[in-house]
Amino acid sequence: MIRISGVSRKFGEREVVSGIDLAIRRGEIFALIGPSGSGKTTLLRLIDLLDFPMAGTMTFDGMRTDGPEHERRAIRRRMAMVFQKPGVLNATVEQNIAFGLQFRGMQKDRVHERVTSSLEMVGLSGLSQRRALTLSGGEMQRVAIARAIVTEPEVLLLDEPTANLDPLSTGIIENLIVRVNREQKTTVILATHDMGQGQRLASRIGVMMDGHLVQTGEIYDIFYHPVNRPIATFVGIDPVSDGIVESNENNLAIIAVHGVSVQAVTALKKGERVAFCIRPEEVTLSLPDACPPASSARNCLAGTITRLLPYGPFTRVHVDCGIPVTALVTRRSSEELGLVMGMKVNATIKATAIHVITDPEDKGNPTHTTTG
Amino acid sequence: MNEVQEIMDGITQAFQLITTLNPELLQVTALSLYISLSATVLSTLIAIPAGGLIHFREFTGKRMLITIIQTLYSVPTVIIGLLVFLLISRSGPFGILGLLFTPTGMIIGQTILILPIMTGLVITALSGVDRNIRDTLVSLGATEFQSIAQIVQEARFAILGAVILGFGRAISEVGVAMMIGGNIRGETRVLTTSIALETGMGNFGLSIALGIVLLAIALIVVLIMNLITSGALSESDRIRGGPQA
Repeated sequence: MIRISGVSRKFGEREVVSGIDLAIRRGEIFALIGPSGSGKTTLLRLIDLLDFPMAGTMTFDGMRTDGPEHERRAIRRRMAMVFQKPGVLNATVEQNIAFGLQFRGMQKDRVHERVTSSLEMVGLSGLSQRRALTLSGGEMQRVAIARAIVTEPEVLLLDEPTANLDPLSTGIIENLIVRVNREQKTTVILATHDMGQGQRLASRIGVMMDGHLVQTGEIYDIFYHPVNRPIATFVGIDPVSDGIVESNENNLAIIAVHGVSVQAVTALKKGERVAFCIRPEEVTLSLPDACPPASSARNCLAGTITRLLPYGPFTRVHVDCGIPVTALVTRRSSEELGLVMGMKVNATIKATAIHVITDPEDKGNPTHTTTG
Repeated sequence: MNEVQEIMDGITQAFQLITTLNPELLQVTALSLYISLSATVLSTLIAIPAGGLIHFREFTGKRMLITIIQTLYSVPTVIIGLLVFLLISRSGPFGILGLLFTPTGMIIGQTILILPIMTGLVITALSGVDRNIRDTLVSLGATEFQSIAQIVQEARFAILGAVILGFGRAISEVGVAMMIGGNIRGETRVLTTSIALETGMGNFGLSIALGIVLLAIALIVVLIMNLITSGALSESDRIRGGPQA
């Protein structure tokens, strides 16, 4: 549907988007994930042809996008974008939603018909005559979405559509996005800094960091096989430890790290420097005298609890096993085990649950920044 | 007769002239309104598209142009009077049109006078519309004209302010009216030139009456503006601190 190759955009000296290669498939929901300031918005604006790349090319449905403005507008009219700020105009809800159709010169009664059905879709039917600026944040964002989908776009671009919204409004908008994708076969590109949202909505994810698209793949790949340490940190896997592969037999490697040996499944050879991480939900905690039977593909590390953090219905337990390990246990089992600070526990992790990343130096990769 | 007594007598006479609808007073007021309203309408028709183009197009010297426009806010009325006089006097390039000492000539002069301030304020008004709105309109498939029209609509209250200010400057100026109109009784005599003349001749009563009328027009204009804005303003606009202030 959309093919982007080598696209860059500079603002002054700063390269905000740098050498992006990306293909968006027809009908998919693709999530661009990354911290604030990583270039997601700029990339979406480039895709919507609101801005010009300084290098690289983009095609839309096989068509070049670097033509004169009227050609770009024709392509732009096959897309619609919802911005982070809803950008509603000082007019009624109905007038706001009608803009896109009016610009296309559609007849008044047809416009009214389409606007009415799109209002129904976003669940704002009763508010068509309200002044849009009097709506709540969540309602305004739904108006912005209705205004975009009323034009029946082939591609819907969403820039942080639920940032600053309450969980209820967020849920409504997420359902809406999925419905539009399923019912109208609309290709959706969604920029978000919310990992969970990307996971809930998207079939594929691209991770952006400092203007680079550092990893693109299925959700599983991103969450379980982050290619480098910044991504691992961003997708919520911590802590990350450095080590050296000591031996490797049939892809079952022993990794030495800070005097502890850990078994992991990887193809990396002996002597290679690696970093590895463990998803907290894959760590099982048990009392010291109740270590489960050791098996060849299971690590059982003894350690001391250093920190307990409530995390919704779960508790995040930080354990010092020579290497830092975080376990996510339900609050109930935490109480049953009687977990407290300073207590000795065993952390059990399957070898397959240890995710090994090559190149812990992040050679050539941008460093993770947490700009506001 | 001391000054205070003169002023008191003037005010009394003023009320007599106004309440009896003195024909000369009415004629002068009507001509003032006609000339200044025409100039305001003409200038609005030029200032909105011009301001729109300057605001939305990127070109070299844009900042310079805006600075020049802002400088011209305070151009003396007599300078514009002189300029237009030279252009439309018998021997000037537009002399053949015979516009000197006519209301039409005065309309042209006042239009030129208030064009910079109106254009400048239109640019300011458009800058007040969130950048995000423009992106939204373009992404919805608007042509350049469509998006400018929509943003002008969005900035309507601030633009209305520019129009009111332009009208105020037009109806209160003396330089252009005197130099281009010539203050011919019954033909080009307007409120401000009348005041100047009558004061010179010692007719303070008439001067004061004319002054009161001028202020009354200003009051009516302000009242109408407030009516339009408060009527159209929704509750939330007021919460947000007024129309694109």
